Amino acid sequence: MEAKGIMNGSFRFAGDLFPELSRLQQRLDEVFQTGGATNIRELARGTFPAVNVGSSPDSIEVLAFAPGVDAKALQITVDKGLLVIAGERSRSTPTDGEKQNVYAQERFAGSFRRVISLPEDADPTKVEASLRDGVLRISVAKRESSKPRQIAIN
Amino acid sequence: MENTNVAKVERNTPEAARAALVPPVDIVENDVGITLLADMPGVSKERLGVRVDGDNLLIEGSAEVKVPEQLELLHSEIRNPYFRRSFTLSRELDPSKIEASLRDGVLRLHIPKAEEARPRRVEIKVG
Repeated sequence: MEAKGIMNGSFRFAGDLFPELSRLQQRLDEVFQTGGATNIRELARGTFPAVNVGSSPDSIEVLAFAPGVDAKALQITVDKGLLVIAGERSRSTPTDGEKQNVYAQERFAGSFRRVISLPEDADPTKVEASLRDGVLRISVAKRESSKPRQIAIN
Repeated sequence: MENTNVAKVERNTPEAARAALVPPVDIVENDVGITLLADMPGVSKERLGVRVDGDNLLIEGSAEVKVPEQLELLHSEIRNPYFRRSFTLSRELDPSKIEASLRDGVLRLHIPKAEEARPRRVEIKVG
């Protein structure tokens, strides 16, 4: 497993090449997406869940875009400076029994695990998580000692 | 708390000109119609649009996520969470009866087939 610090601008996850390639593909899709219509019976592609990381003066904020994932199916752990988001999303279209044709199956299904390396000033004992509209927000407080302080002049 | 750039939504831009993310979809068809599921995380009911124009079905929505002020983005895989995708409906589908529901950032659409387009069993008369 390789996880570089998020402060240095580079960011890697466990899982390596294939997710990386599919992310590249998605980037390209984003760039070249022209807004043209896709036939409803055509196929197209991602890393799941997509993650954004931000830093505020008081906390490190992690957003994981995990639509359709139940809170009970999510596991968030912090261990040795690594924040791990793991869980499972099951396929929500019926797959058995009735006669049907599948035209697209682009949505992620199965178990996932993403590892985010937290900066050193993150306090692993103060982590809060909430889930809303399919977006998981994890807020990791910064250590008091690392917060900017105004020094009073006597 | 306010909405800042972890999930920045650019306003005042013509919608068609905005860079959009293409939401991944699952599409299955059975005898009665087509079911479409689309991942649109962070999109609430108020910010979702499902429109049918002729044979064109458009789904779009922008995500809004509450984040603290003064947030500096360190890493982002979704920069502008505006989702948009359109599909061409075939003639046997009945766009006037589309049912839509949104739950946990997943849009579910059911597009029924027109009554006359549903498969029928043809009786074979022997005689």
